[in-house]
Amino acid sequence: MAFPEPKPRGPELPQKRLKTLDCRQGAVRAVRFNVDGNYCLTCGSDKTLKLWNPLRGTLLRTYSGHGYEVLDAAGSFDNSNLCSGGGDKAVVLWDVASGQVVRKFRGHAGKVNTVQFNEEATVILSGSIDSTIRCWDCRSRRPEPVQKLDEARDGVSSVKVSDHEVLAGSVDGRVRRYDLRMGQLFSDYVGSPITCTCFSRDGQCTLVSSLDSTLRLLDKDTGELLGEYTGHKNQKYKLDCCLSERDTHVVSCSEDGKVFFWDLVEGALALALPVGPGVVQSLAYHPTEPCLLTAMGGSVQCWREEAYEAESGTG
Amino acid sequence: MAAPDSDSDEDLVSYGTGLELLEEGERPKKPIPLQDQTVRDEKGRYKRFHGAFSGGFSAGYFNTVGSKEGWAPSSFMSSRQNRADKSVFGPEDFMDEEDLSEFGIAPKAIVTTDDFASKTRDRIREKARQLAAATAPIPGATLLDDLITPAKLSVGFELLRKMGWKEGQGIGPRVKRKPRRQKLDPGIKIYGCALPPGGSEGSEDEDDDYLPENVTFAPKDVMPVDFTPKDNVHGLAYKGLDPHQALFGISEEPFNLFSGGPERTSSLLGDIGVNKGRKLGITGQAFGVGALEEEDDDIYATETLSKYDTVLKDEEPGDGLYGWTAPRQYQSQKDSEKDLRYIGKILDGFSLASKSLSSKKIYPPPELPRDYRPVHYFRPVVAATSENSHLLQVLSESAGKPVHDPGTHSRHLLNASKRGELLGETPIQGSATSVLEFLSQKDKERIKEMKQATDLKAAQLKARRLAQNASSSRPQPSSPDVGHSSWHMALSGGTATTRASNFKPFAQDPEKQKRYEEYLINMKQGQKDALERCLDPSMTEWERGRERDEFAQAARLYVSSHSTLSCRFTHAKEEDDSHQVEVPRDQENDVNDKQSAVKMKMFGKLTRDTFEWHPDKLLCKRFNVPDPYPDSTLVGLPRVKRDKYSVFNFLTLPETASLPTTQASSEKVPQPQGPEKSRKPSRWDTSKQEKKEDSISEFLSLARSKVGPKQESSPLVNKEGDHVKESLSNKLVNKGEDSQAEEEGSRPPIDLFKAIFASSSEEKSSSSEDEQGDSEDEQEGPGEADVKSSQEANLVETSAAHTGEPAPQEPVTSILVQKLQIDEREEFGPRLPPVFCPNARQKLEAPQKEAPQKEKHKKNKEKHKTKKEHRRRKEKKKKHRKHKHKGKQKNKKSEKSSSSESTDSSDSQSDEEGTADMSPQELLRRLKRLPLRRQ
Repeated sequence: MAFPEPKPRGPELPQKRLKTLDCRQGAVRAVRFNVDGNYCLTCGSDKTLKLWNPLRGTLLRTYSGHGYEVLDAAGSFDNSNLCSGGGDKAVVLWDVASGQVVRKFRGHAGKVNTVQFNEEATVILSGSIDSTIRCWDCRSRRPEPVQKLDEARDGVSSVKVSDHEVLAGSVDGRVRRYDLRMGQLFSDYVGSPITCTCFSRDGQCTLVSSLDSTLRLLDKDTGELLGEYTGHKNQKYKLDCCLSERDTHVVSCSEDGKVFFWDLVEGALALALPVGPGVVQSLAYHPTEPCLLTAMGGSVQCWREEAYEAESGTG
Repeated sequence: MAAPDSDSDEDLVSYGTGLELLEEGERPKKPIPLQDQTVRDEKGRYKRFHGAFSGGFSAGYFNTVGSKEGWAPSSFMSSRQNRADKSVFGPEDFMDEEDLSEFGIAPKAIVTTDDFASKTRDRIREKARQLAAATAPIPGATLLDDLITPAKLSVGFELLRKMGWKEGQGIGPRVKRKPRRQKLDPGIKIYGCALPPGGSEGSEDEDDDYLPENVTFAPKDVMPVDFTPKDNVHGLAYKGLDPHQALFGISEEPFNLFSGGPERTSSLLGDIGVNKGRKLGITGQAFGVGALEEEDDDIYATETLSKYDTVLKDEEPGDGLYGWTAPRQYQSQKDSEKDLRYIGKILDGFSLASKSLSSKKIYPPPELPRDYRPVHYFRPVVAATSENSHLLQVLSESAGKPVHDPGTHSRHLLNASKRGELLGETPIQGSATSVLEFLSQKDKERIKEMKQATDLKAAQLKARRLAQNASSSRPQPSSPDVGHSSWHMALSGGTATTRASNFKPFAQDPEKQKRYEEYLINMKQGQKDALERCLDPSMTEWERGRERDEFAQAARLYVSSHSTLSCRFTHAKEEDDSHQVEVPRDQENDVNDKQSAVKMKMFGKLTRDTFEWHPDKLLCKRFNVPDPYPDSTLVGLPRVKRDKYSVFNFLTLPETASLPTTQASSEKVPQPQGPEKSRKPSRWDTSKQEKKEDSISEFLSLARSKVGPKQESSPLVNKEGDHVKESLSNKLVNKGEDSQAEEEGSRPPIDLFKAIFASSSEEKSSSSEDEQGDSEDEQEGPGEADVKSSQEANLVETSAAHTGEPAPQEPVTSILVQKLQIDEREEFGPRLPPVFCPNARQKLEAPQKEAPQKEKHKKNKEKHKTKKEHRRRKEKKKKHRKHKHKGKQKNKKSEKSSSSESTDSSDSQSDEEGTADMSPQELLRRLKRLPLRRQ
């Protein structure tokens, strides 16, 4: 019974709308997968954070405690904690199971645009409109941040964390990568205000989207331009971008109501997925499967590849 | 279902166990919080534990006497059919269920009542019954009662009895002889808690007396000695609360070998059957003795040292505590020569002294005089001077001190000059401390005259005015001693002269300055006509009037700024070098060239800045990353101190890493010699020097960092640059020497000028550089053509710094610009044009003249393109006037740098303009030619 190795299938793009979640929490500012992609978080403009099972479309829990709209959220590696930041300048650490606020970190002088756990969920990094990134210690009871990264000259729009690096995009048009291991700061000038940055999954490249409707793929080590992806529209809003689950495609929101997929290597537009009439505000890509979440208005859409069929038929 | 991504699955690392999948609609169970984990009884009430040891009970409803319904009365209900029954409440009605249970206060369990109890012991009752029987109508009716004995003993008793056991006996086989009780050896000392004093020894002995041979005895009812090891931390023989005792009131301890008489012999099975009446109470050593309990024996079994023998000797008839009441023979046994006066006990090891101490003689305190007042006053301290030496002498005599020779004893009071006098030296002129000593003889005489006039006038004025002039030390008006009078003036006008020495608004005109100082002194002394007196009589009336106004204004300005401001500010605690600010050492470079690089999509080296960044130690720890700089304490980007007033802080120059000091000093421009050296250092001067070095080093480091692999070219550059600078500065110094020399001496510090001219200078220095540049251009305007005027311009610059020219920074910038020009022109050929400089076009003239040279440069210095470009960008940031200025500077420099023939200004300008022609496209083209790696 020696079957030949199945030929590796070409990557499939999620283009089948599987589910639409009506979040009922105002505009959904951000949608994020948890660490394994089984759940998702939606940040609402009605000060709540909601935890969903996106495939089934069930609401698991609502986390309320923010004083203003929630702008970003992240889950810890063990799914035990969440962190979120919002317009109330606070960074909140949540207990997933109880829904209680564990810690509330205050200190930012402006809206918190982005929050991120480090790999072991011992530090929360939050980027704010006050042009600082603050590293909050979850272990101790210190009310002040461990370190304040105030090199940015304008608001910090995006922060991503790897095991030893902090990647931050700022409105001053620079992508800064703080390498803790080397003790160095690499600042790449892009020019246009940066809306989103992310590491590629292999950790070799950084994807940078900026307000000149361009996504750029930069070599992490040298800062050289590896690819440029255009065609979408991003001139006003802070829109998300990401790489697909196997780094094959570059995905970005667009202000014209579509999600754009580019082939990473060729740079050619692979798919423009129409989502709806409004602006696709946020998106999240499943860490392992071709599954995409998009946020438009007050709802979240879950997309899978065409071949996908719900497991139990119940949907 | 999606195809499983084996590779991506491998990448994922999962920690712990995932949450259980919740059923749909199921709510996750909440764990019971700690505060809800309580103990309740069967009715759901909280169990309370009152008295942790006594097992207290909770009373009523939540410790109140109420109930859940409160004090609700039982409602009266009565009808014809249902009459209200009379309710009589017993105690049970107010009791809880627990009280009625087996272990409660009023247990309702069935127990053997007294009616069925054994009658054998109850003598009183028996007697009563006998009496009753005697008096009963039917005598002997109670016999039946006697016959019927209720079974109140337990089965164990019955069994034992069947086996021949009787009450009061021990259990076990009968023994022939009583085992001889081990007597307590009196020699054995007992440490620790003493056993309860027992009186059973005697009874034992009595028992032992009668020992028939053929009789066996039942064993005594004793508790076997407990050999269980002590495994607790209580004291010896400590017994905690005996619940048996507490609950049933049996006060007798089961393990009591010695206590109690025969009638109270404790028994193993004891008096359980004996109803002694329940005595509820708590006894035991842990609780002391209750108020109702008499027995007070040995609760706190204390040990006193007197129980023990301390010496080995024959037993004394007493404990030695007899004292004088001791028996005679005992006393006599003791020390015969014992002093009978001592009646206390003599401690062991001590003996009474044979000799008695001689008693101290006590003197009474002296009697105080009647009018004595207990107040001390200190003698006045008189400084030893020539005037009051006799006074001193008198004082010291009155104080009982030996009189010193004033010449010898006051060695320490002499100062250097006095000592010199004694040694016959001539006073050193340079060591004069007063400004007035600098005055010429003529001036001194004039001052003296005025002084005399002043004193004459002052004599007529109120004495209050002159209070500050110590009348005792005031010189006689006729005194010709100039030094003395000057000393006096310095004393009386001390503050004024010190002020004047600090503040010399008219330093350019020494005569005027002197007049001003006199004016100040006179003002200080309160003379109304001070101004008139000190004015030069040879001056015209108009000049006098003007000077009067100037003096008045200067004095007012200074005084007001000094006194009114000084009361509002305090001195800095720590010395802050005020012209230094902390700035990040590395800053992201100028954006302009990056923008063009981005436009060309030349990401990489051109757009990347790399800095040293120090993460916090804790952050490294949290990230599980070793601290990259384990020895450094700083966090974030390293910071350096920079000149606060440095133009570099405001210009967007490339802030390259500040060079180490060694490097900076090695490339230091040789400082001008001669007058420059003798000059008093002002902070503007130092900053100027620093900036010179700074700019040079910055350019050098920039060149190095940018050149990168082409490092070999930079030493050449440095050398050339240094050479040029050297020659320049030398020339500059030589030319300026003579004219500067005269100005150096009287140059006042700049701060005072700031104080006076604060408003105008602030304005100017903070205004845009264009203005300054323009004004400078105007200054240098006529001197543009020839060497001489350019030197003059330099003089103007340097003297501007000295005399408080409103723009003290200006020389710095100009020198900086000079350096820029030098570097560029000498090493890097023609500059590239500023892209966005509109003024550059206007001066377009004769661009072709320099063209071939430019080409050559281009070929040679291709590798410097990036540097050039960079620098050009930088300069573009400076205003247009810089270019103009640069042209001039270049002129000067070219003339100085032995280019021999006098190139006219249009030449250099054309040079500049020729490069300015270059379009952005050209720039981009050049940039593209750079060997940069592109993907």
